[in-house]
Amino acid sequence: MENIYLTIVLAPLLGSIVAGFFGGRIGRAGAHWVTILGVGLSCLLSLYVLKGFVDGSLPVFDGAVYTWMVSGGIQFEIGFLVDQLTALMMAVVTFVSLMVHIYTIGYMADDEHNWPKGSLAGKNSYQRFFSYISLFTFSMLMLVMSNNFLQLFFGWEAVGLVSYLLIGFWSVRETAIFANLKAFLVNRVGDFGFILGIAAVAMYFHSLDYREVFALAPQLANVQIQVWGDTSWSLMTTIGVLLFIGAMGKSAQVPLHVWLPDSMEGPTPISALIHAATMVTAGIFMVARMSPLYELSETALSFIMVIGATTAFFMGLIGLVQNDIKRVVAYSTLSQLGYMITALGASAYAAGIFHLMTHAFFKALLFLAAGSVIIAMHHDQDIRNMGGLRKYLPITWITFLLGSLALIGFPGFSGFFSKDAIIEAVHLSQVGGSGYASILLTLGVFVTALYSFRLYFLVFHGQERMDEHTRHHLHETPAVVWVPLVLLAIPSVFIGWLSVEAVLFGDWFKGVILVAPHHDVLAQMGAGYHGQAGFVLHGMLALPFWLAMGGLALAWYIYMVNPAIAAYLMVRFGTLYRILDGKYGFDQMNMALFAGGSRGLGKLFWKTGDQQLIDGTLINGSAQGVGWIAERLRTIQTGYLYHYAIAMILGLVVLLTVFVTF
Amino acid sequence: MGFEKFLFYVLAATLIAAAGMVVTRRNPVHAVLFLVVAFFSSAMLWMLLEAEFLAISLVLVYVGAVLVLFLFVIMMLDVDIATLKAQFIRHLPLALVVGVIMLVEIFLVVGPGNFGGESFPNPAPQGPDYNNTRELGLLLYSSYLYPFEIAAVILLVAIVAAIRLTLRHRPDTKYLDPSKQVYVRKGPDRVQLIRVPPEPRRVPPTATPTSGVEDEA
Amino acid sequence: MIELSDYLMLGGVLFAISVAGIFINRKNLIVLLMCIELMLLAVNTNFIAFSHFLGDMSGQIFVFFILTVAAAEAAIGLAILVVLFRNRRTIDVEDLDALKG
Repeated sequence: MENIYLTIVLAPLLGSIVAGFFGGRIGRAGAHWVTILGVGLSCLLSLYVLKGFVDGSLPVFDGAVYTWMVSGGIQFEIGFLVDQLTALMMAVVTFVSLMVHIYTIGYMADDEHNWPKGSLAGKNSYQRFFSYISLFTFSMLMLVMSNNFLQLFFGWEAVGLVSYLLIGFWSVRETAIFANLKAFLVNRVGDFGFILGIAAVAMYFHSLDYREVFALAPQLANVQIQVWGDTSWSLMTTIGVLLFIGAMGKSAQVPLHVWLPDSMEGPTPISALIHAATMVTAGIFMVARMSPLYELSETALSFIMVIGATTAFFMGLIGLVQNDIKRVVAYSTLSQLGYMITALGASAYAAGIFHLMTHAFFKALLFLAAGSVIIAMHHDQDIRNMGGLRKYLPITWITFLLGSLALIGFPGFSGFFSKDAIIEAVHLSQVGGSGYASILLTLGVFVTALYSFRLYFLVFHGQERMDEHTRHHLHETPAVVWVPLVLLAIPSVFIGWLSVEAVLFGDWFKGVILVAPHHDVLAQMGAGYHGQAGFVLHGMLALPFWLAMGGLALAWYIYMVNPAIAAYLMVRFGTLYRILDGKYGFDQMNMALFAGGSRGLGKLFWKTGDQQLIDGTLINGSAQGVGWIAERLRTIQTGYLYHYAIAMILGLVVLLTVFVTF
Repeated sequence: MGFEKFLFYVLAATLIAAAGMVVTRRNPVHAVLFLVVAFFSSAMLWMLLEAEFLAISLVLVYVGAVLVLFLFVIMMLDVDIATLKAQFIRHLPLALVVGVIMLVEIFLVVGPGNFGGESFPNPAPQGPDYNNTRELGLLLYSSYLYPFEIAAVILLVAIVAAIRLTLRHRPDTKYLDPSKQVYVRKGPDRVQLIRVPPEPRRVPPTATPTSGVEDEA
Repeated sequence: MIELSDYLMLGGVLFAISVAGIFINRKNLIVLLMCIELMLLAVNTNFIAFSHFLGDMSGQIFVFFILTVAAAEAAIGLAILVVLFRNRRTIDVEDLDALKG
């Protein structure tokens, strides 16, 4: 099996290397074929592994492939841990990645128009793009398949790097450069916490291996540490919160979420792959993987839950006022990530992962569909210029609708199962903050439905607001674009129905995710579970469903029946609108406080520290000091013989005085 | 006060007076002559201390050779005496201060308190058959043989150095090198008398100014 | 009787005079050389006085060597002086500032 796992990981890497280094030689077709073959192979094998776990024919694999070094008794290894959780993630990652690879052929077909004439960076950009997304697949697989913290961190940073490269892919655009720098810096904040967490693990567990750490965790559950002065902190809470700070950066939770909307500067395929379906869910995966640690700290769980719920609701609200099609979907992603995080906080790890999976499909679908719209609209992303696209883009329309329904949790669609499970789980949870989270998540359903269908109605229905030229060229996108949409729409609709029983209430995650008995909300829910149909029926009677329907209906009323009301509301709730439009001022605060502050600090160090203190005082100052002293000394240095003689004699007199006196 | 003591004071006074004159005289020739006096008095004092060989050496070597060399150089150099001591007064106070400080300090150390008659009594005078030169020679050629030879080398080096420093070849003087003269061979080196047959006088057909000049030359 | 300290003080006076002489004479290099000779004389006197009062001939040996070296020094010093005068037409100490940095 080890060879299969190695192949899964290395095939995309090989494709990436070939496409990246030999892109010029193998040409466009060569580049996309080699990467698609690599990822396709990886996907097939992942599905094979998943199937093996589903029918129970494959054992859990946990072993080191290569020992990198041994230092201070800690082994640094490259190793794989493949269990049900990993198999699920592998399948999701490689499948979405494969879809995105295929889609990219169509989306990036005329990429040369995005670069200035003769730009060196624009040369072979198509091949480079494929190389990057394949590299991303490799990094993400390394992350999810890791069996130790170090490799996890490697994958964590590698996906961050690829994300950085891809957000700024169109490096000639100033906004893209700004966005990727922002993403990188914000992720540094998170990663700083993450690596501190890993350091704490290494320090107290003397191992970086998951198995050893998890085995040791219960013994260290009540350890108190002094980090700052005499304040006593729980070790588990410290580790949990520090690791979660990393997850906050990667999974874009408040307040480290600011980079995700801006990351939409990148090409749409990577928005789908990295900033919706896979990379941003790394944080969720990581917390689920660390469940044996998090179960030991109620405080950390509570923290996670509050952060997640806050993100879920308030980021969804911002989605209501966005006019860029991708940004609406991006805020929706933020909100959905908040749902997953909240589920983790409620110890419903399985529900979080389940939502991660369903979300990966329908969000990738939504993004790719949005990309399809963008292609059709000749890269105009403003939804105010769209409308009535339904008849021009029938396949995109249908798939987008299916994705939206999945997103709002329409009964029977995949999103329904996962989201309902989360809301139910949080409702049952006894962890501190669960009341707050429960209210926000329930309200969030309404908001989700409202912004989703606002987008849907504005784009596909109503008046056609685009200009004549664009309308003339509107037509369905090519097959490479719509085939992935269809392929993604299938799981978006059905995956929930198919897998809810096994993942949420079955024993799929048994032995993989550890939940303390008093936290186990899913078990409570499982007690009242009687098949998918019963779940659907139960869901249709509950409040969230009616809220979602209400949101849908409101969106329909505002944007279809009576469009004037939108403008009226905008004026009526001007302050609220401005707050939402200003994204609660996070960006301004970051720019003023952190960016401005660090620029000011840098300037201080530069002007005062470097130029004045080091250059001025130390370097030039010492030179000037030597010069000054030399200036004085050279007046003594007359060159007259008798002056030297006199100096000698005076010295003699002084010495004689010293000898005589003492 | 015995004669010996009287002699000491007279010689000491002469010595100090002569030394004072050496450093204050404007004319370096006078200074050298006073230095001769100082050395001479000093030699006499050394006689009192029963160092006869050195006393004689001092007179012969120093007064007879070194100081004469000084005199020689001064006269050879033809220094303008008038300007020599123009700044004499200006530096006198400093010189006095430094000199007095040194004097006081030296007196503090070597005064009668430390080196008086109690701690260092006068040794008994040597008998008539005492030979200072012999004693010195015995020591010099036995224990101090190597330093003695090194001193000889130093003197040799000094001679070489002095000659090398002052020696110069003046390109404008015409002198014959005898060693080269010895090597002169018959033939190529010697002067030869060559008989040049007289040219027949050419008479130019027409008289031009230039040819006229040639004729005159 | 004449005591050791008398000789030593005489040497001291001689030495102080020669030091003062170095200070006073800024014009003539030859006088400086003569002052140095005077200093050596003072030192020699001390050596001989000690040699006499301690009954040790080694002091006189030292004087012997000092005389040798002093003679060599005087010879070389005067040679340098001659060369100097030949090159610069002066032995005025105040003109000799080639050491100036």
